[in-house]
Amino acid sequence: MQKINILLAGEAGQGIQAIENLLARVLKSEGYHLFATKEYMSRIRGGVNSTTVTIAERPIDAWHEKVDVFIPLVKEAAGRYRSRLKSDTLIMAEGAVFPSPGLALPLEKASAELGSPIFANTVASGALFGLLAVEKETAAAYLRRTFAGKGQELVEKNLRAFEIGYRLTEGRGEKLAPCKSQACAERLLMNGADAISLGAITGGCNACFAYPMTPSTSVFTNLAGWSRDHDLVVEQVEDEIGVVNMALGCWYAGGRALVTTSGGGFALMTEGLSLAGMTETPLVVHLAGRPGPATGMPTRTEQGDLNLALYAGHGTFPRIILAPGNLHQAFELTARAFDLADRFQTPVIILTDQYFIDSYYDIEPFGPISQPQAHFIRTEKDYRRYAITADGISPRGIPGWGEGLVAVDSDEHDEEGRITEDLNGVALKMKEKRLKKFATVEGAALSPLLYGRQEFDTLLIAWGSIHNTLLAALEELEPQGVSFMFLPQLFPLHPQVTQYLSRARRIIAVENNQTGQLADLLQQKTGVLIKERILKYDGLPFSVEALSAELKERL
Amino acid sequence: MENVFERQGPTAWCPGCGNHVLRKTVLEAMAELGLDQQRVVFVSGIGQAAKAPHYLNVHYFNGLHGRAIPVATGIKAANPQLTVIVESGDGDLYGEGGNHLLHAFRRNPDITVIVHNNMVYGLTKGQASPTSPAGMITPIQIEGVKQAPLNPLALAISQDASFVARGAVSEPRLTKELIIQAVRHRGFALVDVFQNCVTYNKTNTYKWYKANTFVIDSAHRPEDRAAAFSLALRENPYPLGLFYRHEKPAFEYTLPLYRRGLEPLYRRKNEISGIIQSFR
Repeated sequence: MQKINILLAGEAGQGIQAIENLLARVLKSEGYHLFATKEYMSRIRGGVNSTTVTIAERPIDAWHEKVDVFIPLVKEAAGRYRSRLKSDTLIMAEGAVFPSPGLALPLEKASAELGSPIFANTVASGALFGLLAVEKETAAAYLRRTFAGKGQELVEKNLRAFEIGYRLTEGRGEKLAPCKSQACAERLLMNGADAISLGAITGGCNACFAYPMTPSTSVFTNLAGWSRDHDLVVEQVEDEIGVVNMALGCWYAGGRALVTTSGGGFALMTEGLSLAGMTETPLVVHLAGRPGPATGMPTRTEQGDLNLALYAGHGTFPRIILAPGNLHQAFELTARAFDLADRFQTPVIILTDQYFIDSYYDIEPFGPISQPQAHFIRTEKDYRRYAITADGISPRGIPGWGEGLVAVDSDEHDEEGRITEDLNGVALKMKEKRLKKFATVEGAALSPLLYGRQEFDTLLIAWGSIHNTLLAALEELEPQGVSFMFLPQLFPLHPQVTQYLSRARRIIAVENNQTGQLADLLQQKTGVLIKERILKYDGLPFSVEALSAELKERL
Repeated sequence: MENVFERQGPTAWCPGCGNHVLRKTVLEAMAELGLDQQRVVFVSGIGQAAKAPHYLNVHYFNGLHGRAIPVATGIKAANPQLTVIVESGDGDLYGEGGNHLLHAFRRNPDITVIVHNNMVYGLTKGQASPTSPAGMITPIQIEGVKQAPLNPLALAISQDASFVARGAVSEPRLTKELIIQAVRHRGFALVDVFQNCVTYNKTNTYKWYKANTFVIDSAHRPEDRAAAFSLALRENPYPLGLFYRHEKPAFEYTLPLYRRGLEPLYRRKNEISGIIQSFR
C-alpha cells in the first residue's frame, strides 16, 4: 500500500497537537485516508512530544514507526527519534536543529518576520501541505476558522506562515491519490476516546462522573462538551471514591452513568466495585491503561491493568470485561456495556489504553443504531429488590416509579434488602444467587474473532489495541498455517476460546504488558498452556514493523 | 394518625441508645413534612446510626462506610424530584467520608445530612471518633484522645455550606423542627445531632447534653455568617439550633439538562446522530 509516514516532534507548547489537528482535518476533507497518533511527556512545557501522521491510499488503522518525512522543531527531537529514520527519510528542519536537512525550514527567519516563534508549527505544516500538494485553500480555510476567535492579526500571520512553508515545497513532493468517492466523504474521523464516548451515548449513557486522569480524560471532555445540548449529567468529583459511589447512586435512581478512569483511579474505586457487586447495581467503567505501578509513566501506554480489572474488589461477584480492538468495536462494545450492566445488574469494565484512546483514523460510518433498552421495572406494592430467581437476576426497580420500596444494602441482606445475619438461611441463598449470575453472564459472552483459516497450526492471541497492528503485520507476512484469535470480551470467556486454543499446535500470545496477563488468564480458565509470549512494556505500542519482524523471526 | 414511614420490628441498637430517640424524631418530622413515600430516599453508610433506614418504611441505599454523600448526590443527579436524606454517624461522615462532606459544602446538592454525633465509634466498640473530646480514654487511645475534636459546624460555615444546624436527642422538639427546615431548604443541609452512646461514651450522656447545651437566641440572624461562625466556636455550653443559612443555587438545578425541566434521567432520550455527523 502506498503511504507517507510523517513524524512531527517538538517541545510541549510548540503546537505539535495543533499540527496534528490541522493535518487530520484538512487531509480528511481532501479525501485522504489517514492515521494519527501522538506520544507525549507528562509536562505542559518543554521536553519532546511527537505525533505520527500516516497518509494512505487505502484505509489505515495502525502505527508504523519508520518515517518518510521527519520534521523536528527542536534539537532534542532530532536525537530522540533517530531509530525511526530510514536512509531516504526526508528531513525538514532548521539547520540549527538538524545538520544539513533534506529541506531547510527557515523558521528563525519566519519568526523574525512574523514577530514570534509561535508560528513555527504553521510554517512546518505549510511545508507539509506543499509537499503533499494539498489544495492550499482548504488549509487556509481551516486556519481562518481555527483562529477566527483570536483576532484578525493572528489569522493573517498564520496564513502568512503557512504560505512561507507551502512555497518551499510546492511541486516537490509526490501526490498520493486521494479517495474522492462519495463514500469517502461519508467516512468518520475520530480517535478511541471519541468512539467510546459515542458508544456510551448510543448505549443510553446519560451521566458521567470522573476525576481527571490521563489517558482517560478525553472521554470525560467529550461528554462534558455534549452536556450543554443533550440530556447528560457531567460532574467532576472530588476523588475516585466519590466518583464510583456517585455513579452507583445515579444508576440506583434510574440513570445510566459512565465512569472513566485509569489504573490509579480505578484502584481507588475497588471498594465501590464490590458495592456494585453486592447491591447488584449496574455500573460501567472505562479503564484506559497506562504503565504502573503507582504513577508509573502517566502519558504512556500499556495493557497492564487486565489483572486489576479481573480481581479488583473484595468478595465474590460477577463482572464483565470488554476490550475493543478498533473504533467500530469501541463504539459497539461501549453501547453493549450499558445494556449488559443494566440487564445483569453488575459492573462492566471497558479496557483500553493510551495508544487506543489517542489514535485517530477514518472509518466507515456506524451501522444502524438501535434505541437503548431499559431493563428496570415498575415496582408493585410487595416489591422485593433481591427476589430469588432461576437465573439469579432479580427484577430491578427504581425509587419513585411504582408502588414498592427499593431497598439496597452493602451488608448481606434478605430478599427485601434488609440486613441479615441468617447465615445458613437467606445469607447463603443470596451468596448462591450472586454465584448463579456468573453462569447467566457467561451465557451472553461474546465469541472470539478468528482471523485466518479455521484450520491452523499456530494460533496468535491478542486483545485490545494490538488488534489492528497484528492484522497489519499479518497482511504483510501472509504466514502459512497461522490464524489469529482476537478476544473482544476478556471475562467471562466464551466457550469457543477453549476450542480454538485446544486445536492449536502452537500458541503465541502478543501483549503490551510485562507478563502476558491475558495468556495467564487463558491458562487458568482453559487449562491450555501458553508459553510463547511476545511482550512489550516500554510505554510505547507495538509498531507494525516491529511486530512483523518479530513474527517473521518466530514463524 | 398512621405514619406511612413507621416500621415495626426489632433494631440492633442498645436499649437507651440515642438512635431510638432520633428515629422517632425523624419519623415525626417526616409525617409533618407530608412527603410522598415514593419520592423519599434515605442513604446511609456504615455504623450503628447507618442502620437507621432499615427501621423505616422508605427507599434506601445503605452503602459503604463514609460514602453516603456521593451516593445521595448521584441519586439527586439522576432524579432531582426525589427528596434525599442521609443518615449516618460521626465516624462515617466526619472521618471516613470527610472529603465528600467538604466538597458537598461546595457542590451544594439539595440533600439533607443528619449526623448521629455521639462522639465515639459504637459498632467497632468504643474507639475515638473525629468528634471525641480530648482526653477521652478508649481501648486504643489509652492515654486519652490527644487531638482536639473536629468542629463540623465551624467547618461547614467556613466553607459557606448553605444550611448548618445542630440538634440534640435531649431536645427532640427542636431537632424535629431543624430536620423539617433542613429538608425544606433547597440546597445542602447539615444537621449535626448530639447523641448519647450508653455503652461506649460515659462522658457525653443524655444528662450531660441537657446540662451543657443551650438553644440559640431567637435574635440570631442565620444569614449573618460571622455571628454564625462565632456561635459555632462556643463550647460548654454548646449552642443548639439553626446557625447559618445561605440560599444559593443547588448542584442539580444548575446542570444544563435540569435548567430545561426536572424530568428524571430515566424519562429522557438522547439523539446521537447529530454528534456522530460532526465527526465526518
